[in-house]
Amino acid sequence: MHIIAFLIRRAIQAVIVMFVISLIGFSIQDNLGDPLRELVGQSVSEEARDDLREELGLNDPFFVQYTRFLGNALQGDLGNSYFFKRPALSVILDKFPATFELVLGAVFIFVSLSIPAGIYCAINRDSWLARLIMTGSIVGISIPVFLTAIGMVWLFGVELGWLPAFGRGDTYEMPWGWDTGFLTWDGLSHLILPSVTLSSIMLPLFIRLIRAEMMEAMGTEYVRFARAKGLSTRRVRYVHAFRNTLLPVVTVGGLMIGTLIAYTILTETVFQWPGMGFLFLEAVNRVDTPLIIAYIIIVGLIFVVVNTIVDFIYTLINPMVKLPGAKG
Amino acid sequence: MKPLRHFATAAALVLGMTGMATAQTLNFAYDADPVSLDPHEQLSGGTLQLSHMVFDPLLRWNSELGFDARLAESWERVDDTTMRFNLREGVTFHTGNDMTAEDVVWTIERLKSSPDFKGIFAGWVSVTAIDDMTVEVKTDGPSPLVLHTATYVFPMDKDFYEEGGAEIAKHGDSFASQNISGTGPFTVASREQGVKTVFERNPDYWDTDSPGNVQTAVLTPIKESPTRVAALLSGDVDFIAPVPPTDLERIESDPNTKLVTMTGTRIITLQMNQTRNEALADPKVRQAIAYAINNEGIVEKIMKGFGTVAAQQSPEGYVGHNPDLTPRFDVAKAQSLMEEAGYADGFSATMMCPNNRYVNDFKICEASAAMLAKINIKIDLTTMPKAQYWPKYDERAADIMMIGWHSDTEDSANFNEFLTMTPDPDTGRGQYNSGNYSNAEVDELTIASLTETDPEKRAEQLQRVEEILYNEAAFIPFHWQDLAWGARKGVMIEDVVNVMNFPYLGDLVIEE
Repeated sequence: MHIIAFLIRRAIQAVIVMFVISLIGFSIQDNLGDPLRELVGQSVSEEARDDLREELGLNDPFFVQYTRFLGNALQGDLGNSYFFKRPALSVILDKFPATFELVLGAVFIFVSLSIPAGIYCAINRDSWLARLIMTGSIVGISIPVFLTAIGMVWLFGVELGWLPAFGRGDTYEMPWGWDTGFLTWDGLSHLILPSVTLSSIMLPLFIRLIRAEMMEAMGTEYVRFARAKGLSTRRVRYVHAFRNTLLPVVTVGGLMIGTLIAYTILTETVFQWPGMGFLFLEAVNRVDTPLIIAYIIIVGLIFVVVNTIVDFIYTLINPMVKLPGAKG
Repeated sequence: MKPLRHFATAAALVLGMTGMATAQTLNFAYDADPVSLDPHEQLSGGTLQLSHMVFDPLLRWNSELGFDARLAESWERVDDTTMRFNLREGVTFHTGNDMTAEDVVWTIERLKSSPDFKGIFAGWVSVTAIDDMTVEVKTDGPSPLVLHTATYVFPMDKDFYEEGGAEIAKHGDSFASQNISGTGPFTVASREQGVKTVFERNPDYWDTDSPGNVQTAVLTPIKESPTRVAALLSGDVDFIAPVPPTDLERIESDPNTKLVTMTGTRIITLQMNQTRNEALADPKVRQAIAYAINNEGIVEKIMKGFGTVAAQQSPEGYVGHNPDLTPRFDVAKAQSLMEEAGYADGFSATMMCPNNRYVNDFKICEASAAMLAKINIKIDLTTMPKAQYWPKYDERAADIMMIGWHSDTEDSANFNEFLTMTPDPDTGRGQYNSGNYSNAEVDELTIASLTETDPEKRAEQLQRVEEILYNEAAFIPFHWQDLAWGARKGVMIEDVVNVMNFPYLGDLVIEE
């Protein structure tokens, strides 16, 4: 029962979040620029532009426009993209697989590297390798992601010529309409540079976080007790101590999803990755307001869903944690 | 289908052995892909680039800014207001339909109903099919620009579009924005907007003299300049445009790539608003600004030579280009003009510029502001993305505003009509004259030039306009933006690119 109550609460939260986001999105749209300029050529008269503006309903007062939007949104229609001339929602959902696979690639890389590196640095903290990793992580944290991206393109794409520098390569369409790049060699090789770039933001942070938490856990009473009890070092380290370092790591991980999504915008733009982030930046440049608003609403939804999942994972890692908002 | 393909392969082999070009694949990257497959939806470079691949115009510009016959085999002026086009025989659309005068008339009628194109065709009062292969165009007065305008007529497959739906949709979906049938060298095999468009060679292309050997052309839009350049250098694509000024040398010096540049025709200027700021209403002050700005320095340092220094609107090769007008940079002269005008202590002015519209746009403005500070004009500069800039421009929100202009007709009068004639909301003239510059003689001469069919008289009129604008410092000219394309060696792009920036890819030859 707890879980159902929890899910209902979260669903309500999601609705409120999306409503607030849509309101904010709508109220800033006038500052984004004039979408008409992107729809017509330079020598079209102001009169013709005004006609088109009227046709698109852009001259209506804010309240009228917003009510119309909300009415349609309740029926699942977030408006038509000016540029793609298709429903904004379906444009974004078409690009979702690309972004999802990019994020998955990045998560795979930083999880599989940061956990061993973090643990190693906590246990052998004075070794030269640990020092090297820690110094490297400081450097990694301070390089802006677009610089990493362009550096990658130049080194591996141009100078060495090992990896493709742009796009998604060959994709394979799965039966339920999901285009995947995981199943072809070409698709995977295209994934490497962007996902390494994207993971480069998270990797140093997670190494440092895991190291700090692990060191703290290693100094606690229960670890010492476990040792005294005669458990193997391996079991003490990787079951008892490590399990407790995971809790804060998952918390931070959940929060960082937001940062990760923000960085997909930059990464996708540099690598011409046909995902949601690139789509969003293009939409901003073209003042494609319906697409912009649909994007931020979807991202809001992703946030709520991810945080819900994070809360679930909590209870799996530590049974003492109760689902927030669930009574009992 | 299969035997046909075998035959094609065999034919290609035979041709290859006799030393002729074989079928090749071209991967190319532009900064954007066309917004729609409908050639009449938006008047933009992307649309025209697409049109030249999938359609053919009646006639097209050649590299000397003259006209080459395409779907119109020849043309003759019947009288002052009538032009007759004789169409090419035996041309078919991609659907197999024959191209006839009916299709041409239908296409022109459709152009006249397109919000973006109807301005260009406003003077064409009637278009009639005299017979199956002859089209007669009547203009509202004597017109020197009928042929210029005819380069915009890309005959469309009337039956195909009428059956599917011929509506021009500026927003929302339409048959024509997703389906396409022309007479051109390529058909669109597949298209994922913003990701990839695949073109296949039209096996029945009428122009059998075309040397082009590109069988498949794949257009990938790559928005970011460094990524686009990297794609060329790494060999992922064979041809890119545009090339950012910072990478010109890199592409030129790379052993596997080459750079092709050309003087462009887009003029970059500043306009000075005479109604917002009374100092700018004084011709002496405007001249002082013209003398204070070192546009040669800007081309050299900021544009890295990627531009041609300008002193007028019309680039060389245009009828209105006046060879006597030269760039003037002289700070002392500027200073004394300011004193003469009574502004020895200077004044303040606001300036607005876009930061992602023209090459190095905001850097040019920053440099200009610094140069004007030397003659005590204090500039308050704001720069912004083009999406926000255009509404500000329409509001005339600053004393000095930047504008770049490319003449749609490749003719000098177009500059005056939009940029320097007295603003008039009824006629639409002076729509982009944010300075409110007004000179009756400029207006008269420009209007006269629109109906003057004697080229010499016309040149005289338009060159006189440039002279007046120069003397009164109606605007501050910087340069004509150069054009640059990068290609892999062996891709003979230099033979098909042109100043309008729509490469004739149908004629492109790729050497082995």
